[in-house]
This record gives sequence, structure tokens and C-alpha cells, in this order.
Amino acid sequence: MLDITLNGSRRSFTETSLTVAALLASLGYAGKRVAVERNGEIVPRSQHESTWLNSGDTLEIVVAVGGG
Amino acid sequence: MDQLHIAGRAYGSRLIVGTGKYKDFDETRRAIEASGAEMVTVAIRRMNIGQDPGQPNLLEVLPPSRYTILPNTAGCYTAEDAVRTLRLARELLDGHALVKLEVLGDPSTLFPNMPETLKAAEVLVKEGFQVMVYCADDPIQAKMLEDIGCAAIMPLASLIGSGMGILNPWNLRLIIDNAQVPVIVDAGVGTASDAAIAMELGCDGVLMNTAIAHAGDPVLMASAMQKAVQAGREAYRAGRMPRKLYSADPSSPTTGLIGS
Repeated sequence: MLDITLNGSRRSFTETSLTVAALLASLGYAGKRVAVERNGEIVPRSQHESTWLNSGDTLEIVVAVGGG
Repeated sequence: MDQLHIAGRAYGSRLIVGTGKYKDFDETRRAIEASGAEMVTVAIRRMNIGQDPGQPNLLEVLPPSRYTILPNTAGCYTAEDAVRTLRLARELLDGHALVKLEVLGDPSTLFPNMPETLKAAEVLVKEGFQVMVYCADDPIQAKMLEDIGCAAIMPLASLIGSGMGILNPWNLRLIIDNAQVPVIVDAGVGTASDAAIAMELGCDGVLMNTAIAHAGDPVLMASAMQKAVQAGREAYRAGRMPRKLYSADPSSPTTGLIGS
């Protein structure tokens, strides 16, 4: 089991480990323009495939929305 | 050619527009086209997990290949949150460094928290960001932001979303007269004449959102704003006639009147 905090909510995954890329794919966001921060640090897009998540990680996934 | 130069890039339009508060993406797109703006602001927010991932994304409606995207830090009340938001924005936009910094002090006025704004500006400039900064209309702190290395100074004309117009033209003039970087009025414009007044004062540009998005007809108001900014700029460059407080001066000849 993998327990993470994703955008402020606790989420559990049955996988024991998951890369950022696999997480994005499981959420349906593969290839979408998003940015990811893990435990306060940016995970560059080039490292999504090679960054493994650990239980207890805090992730923020953001997009651009309308604003002034 | 009279262009707006910000952080090494030239823009034909001096109107910068926000993308919030529109009815839908179609209205957003049509209003922004009608405004003629080349630079548009966006907010950075958590992705709505569980939302249909097939939903269109704002950056598909306003592609970065066509518009200069200016990510903002709206809603941030500390330097730390603002810096974190803009680091995410830079990642989101493939290393794009031009950003709009705003650190708010109070949810009811959305007045800037200047100590936190100055602190965030220092960090961001050191990290290579090109910072366009929302600030109070205080000439001293505006100069401090310029000295830190901000790419543009963006004082409020009145409160964000208030539509109250240019409340302190004298402070804006002091800021403009002191600045070596572009000064852009950000916040408070309500209608076309406000935008023209800002430009006549000598501002280098105007940033607005609500004045267009909450107009009765946003697309028509966007077109009005484009013209107002152009008219105000031309009037500023032309140089207005002196004000004559106590004497009239006829435009028609005073001689050659019949019966004289």
C-alpha cells in the first residue's frame, strides 16, 4: 500500500510503489500540462519517470486556471 | 514603433488582461481576442482530482505559442507561498520566467502586503525570475522593488475588482517619474475612461480583468479597452494642452466679425 497526501487529501494506492509518471497516468493526466511538487520540491517533467513516491509523501499537482 | 518593452521583449499592445471571472472558456477567448492583448495572466491552482481529465484546459484555449502567459500568485498571503507557486508555474510553463507577483495582506481589501512582497521579489529575482510586481501606490516602495530588479512595477489604481478607477493620480505620477522600468496600473480600472486616464498619466500599460469580465458585454468592453489604452497612450505622447483655470481662449478668429 502507498499512502500519500495529494492536493491536500489522503489517498491510498494498492501498488507498493509508483512513479510520478505512473501516478499521473492513473489519474488520467498523462501528457497533460501539469506541474508537480513533492514534499515542497518541484519534480521536473524530465524526472517524472524516474521519481518514485514513498508513503507519507505530500504531493501538489497544479494547472493554470483563469485569474487576474 | 511605440512598443512596450518588458524583460527584453517588445509588445505592440499595452493592455494586459486577466482570464478570470468569465462565463466560460469561449467567452474568455472571444474577449481576449477583442482586447488585442498579447499578454494574459493566469492563476495556478490545484488540479481538481477526479474531474474528467478530458475537460479543456485554459492553456489549450489560450496557447502559450500565441500569448505571453503571466502566471500570478493571487491568493498568496506570504512570500513563501508566492515563491512556491511561481516555482510550480515555471515548471508548468516549461521554464518560462516572466511572472506576476502579488502578495496580499487582507482578504477584504486585497491590498498588497508590501514587506512580504519585497521579500518574495528578492528571492524570485535571485532565482532568475522576471518579476512584474503588484504593489501599493507608494513611490518609495515602488523604487525598492525596482532596485531589487523587478521587470515592471504594477501599482494599484484602486482595490482589485472594485472598478473605482484612478484614485490617486498624483502618487502614480510620482512612481512613473521615478521609474526606469515599465509602470503598469494593475487593479481598479472600471471602464474605458479609467484606462485612458492611466495611460495619459504616462503609465506604460494597464492590467485589468474584472472591468472586462464583469461588463454587461465583455467582448464589447474588451474592444473599448483596447481603444482606450491606445487613445490614452497617443494623448500622452502628443502632450496635452496646458490647463487654463481662469481664462477662456476662443478657437475662432476674434477679428473680421460682420458689423464691426
